[in-house]
Amino acid sequence: MSQIEFKNVRHAYPPPPGQAPVYAPKEASPTWEDGGAYALLGPSGCGKTTLLNIISGLLTPSEGSILFDGQEVTQLPTTERHIAQVFQFPVVYDTMTVFDNLAFPLRNRGVAEARVKQRVTEIADMLDLSDRLGQRAAGLTADGKQKISLGRGLVREDVNAILFDEPLTVIDPHLKWQLRSKLKELHQRIGMTMIYVTHDQVEALTFADKVVVMYDGGVVQVGTPVELFNRPNHTFVGYFIGSPGMNVLPCTVDHGQPVFANTRLESGYPVDKNLSGKLEIGIRPEFVSFSDDGIPVAIEKVEDLGRYQVVTVRHEAEQIKMVVGEDQAIPAQSPKISFAADNLLLYRDDWAVETEHA
Amino acid sequence: MAIELRNVSLRVGAETHIYETDLSLQPGQFNILLGTTLSGKTSLMRLMAGLEKPTSGELWMNGEEVTGIPVQKRSVAMVYQAFINYPSFSVYDNIASPLKVAGLPKDQIDAKVHEFADMLQLTPMLHRLPDELSGGQQQRTALARALVKGADLVLLDEPLANLDYKLREELRDELPKMFADSGATVVYATSEPLEALMLGGYTATLNEGRVVQFGETSRIYRQPDSLEAARVFSDPPINTAAIEKRGNSAYLSDAVSWTVPAQLASLPDGRYSIGLRPHHLLPHGSGVEVAGEVQIAEISGSESIMRVNIEGNNWVSEAHGIHSCEFGERMSFFFDSSRCLYFDSNDKLLETQV
Repeated sequence: MSQIEFKNVRHAYPPPPGQAPVYAPKEASPTWEDGGAYALLGPSGCGKTTLLNIISGLLTPSEGSILFDGQEVTQLPTTERHIAQVFQFPVVYDTMTVFDNLAFPLRNRGVAEARVKQRVTEIADMLDLSDRLGQRAAGLTADGKQKISLGRGLVREDVNAILFDEPLTVIDPHLKWQLRSKLKELHQRIGMTMIYVTHDQVEALTFADKVVVMYDGGVVQVGTPVELFNRPNHTFVGYFIGSPGMNVLPCTVDHGQPVFANTRLESGYPVDKNLSGKLEIGIRPEFVSFSDDGIPVAIEKVEDLGRYQVVTVRHEAEQIKMVVGEDQAIPAQSPKISFAADNLLLYRDDWAVETEHA
Repeated sequence: MAIELRNVSLRVGAETHIYETDLSLQPGQFNILLGTTLSGKTSLMRLMAGLEKPTSGELWMNGEEVTGIPVQKRSVAMVYQAFINYPSFSVYDNIASPLKVAGLPKDQIDAKVHEFADMLQLTPMLHRLPDELSGGQQQRTALARALVKGADLVLLDEPLANLDYKLREELRDELPKMFADSGATVVYATSEPLEALMLGGYTATLNEGRVVQFGETSRIYRQPDSLEAARVFSDPPINTAAIEKRGNSAYLSDAVSWTVPAQLASLPDGRYSIGLRPHHLLPHGSGVEVAGEVQIAEISGSESIMRVNIEGNNWVSEAHGIHSCEFGERMSFFFDSSRCLYFDSNDKLLETQV
């Protein structure tokens, strides 16, 4: 187990002739603490797989260095980095038994057979595979096979980190839920550094203590699930985390108060009077409510999602989503809405004003 | 278009894919087929399209039997989970292809292609090849091709499953709008309960080759007529438990009981089952109090999901906001007993609401 550190890592794929190189990740300097559960979250093409391949050594970055516990490993090949990887699709030897599959990474490294047996039994027990150890892997379902892949990632004790690359893609939603819980439980029990790559916010927030959000080739925020939800650093984080995502609405600032729809808004923090640039407020649908006074809106759509309703309203050109309780009535006559002051955020050129360091 | 399955079944070799099924879809509406992998969603769609011939039973469309009629002769369009486009055709030619086959004049084709490209936000990409598009744009192209035909029946087989989470959210929002004015009957297969609720319309819950229940989506969700139907339409899984009814009380255990609704009090004493949706079991509030060890807490952005063992039952609590807890921590949870669904010994719903 070790701490993994990035120092000014950038990578550019060879550009087409005559074009400037495109960096992905643009510049990433996150530190992965020993024993942490991390998720690398972002849409397709944001650079997450590139980052993962840089950690595992499948890709040598064109700039910067990677340190494991302070030791430079940038030029070390994958085999010498002691990283276990679990991929999207199960990697299983069909002709071998479940036991032999799990034992494979250990036997490959010459671990004594007595220790192999002990370790395989332990891991099989955690993954509820104990009663199938003698069975051939070929007969297992997709989730059974993926459990073996997970098990093979977890079985080695000499790894620096385990990387998961969208490991639940092929799993049925009903079973995904169980495997997700299982992974979290395993992390709590064995405490290895785990990095989980996904484009799915639920998987990321569920699994990780800290989520690294990537957008357009760069890291936009590293934070706990609470931080990402309550204080998104960037409008992209607000949009990407939470469903529906945060409302981002154009505003002006007057006498230190944000103004939207000719309404001065109460906000939880003082605003610099001389702000310039593209100014927007961010408010999550959870913190918009119907009120007697406030911004007049027209109701466009009410979706009954069972546990709550999502109401889409409009003020002039701006569409606003709000989350309303399952039993709550929707006002029929001239509805008005207001925003919770403590949860109102201000953005300048897409970055949160509050956390911006000039 | 009105579509009706009369006693339709499908057997392949020794395996039954669809058991005898009667189903009348709502014409001009979104009809959702909700079930897990292998529950029979794709088989039902293939039967409706005419890609598969039923082993028994009849298929009726607009009052005419079409059982033996092949897919080419039906007014059907289908979109699959994988993005299927003609790789060497531009987006324009992809969308135009069904119209060319139908022999429409050039100016009409041009007008229609632009109309649908505009609606699906593909206008700037009309001259690109599918390869040069994102997954979402590729699937939009496939949807445009299905829409432009003006087919009476549009079959969408998990069309958003391969897309990123956020794109899925956006397309879910747009899809019902796209079809709203077309008059087409849409059949949409999904394995996600939340997706069914977002799309609205009507839902058929499917399990192991059988239609469990069919009706208006929000009604099917609130009033599943059996435990099986409730399970299909719940993610995370609905909490279930056996209860002992004595007089007008329900006992989850000797220590935990509550008063049952009037309609139930008059039924014979004995064992019944309850179903309680995860969002009705909360770590705060009032009502019936239960306690158990929390096994795991999951966070899904705006909500937290806690797995907890309560009186020997593996239950789930889904609460708004972010709640963290330690593995194995003993916590209290609360529920309003009027939220319980009650089932008889055959797992059929007992009517408790007026």
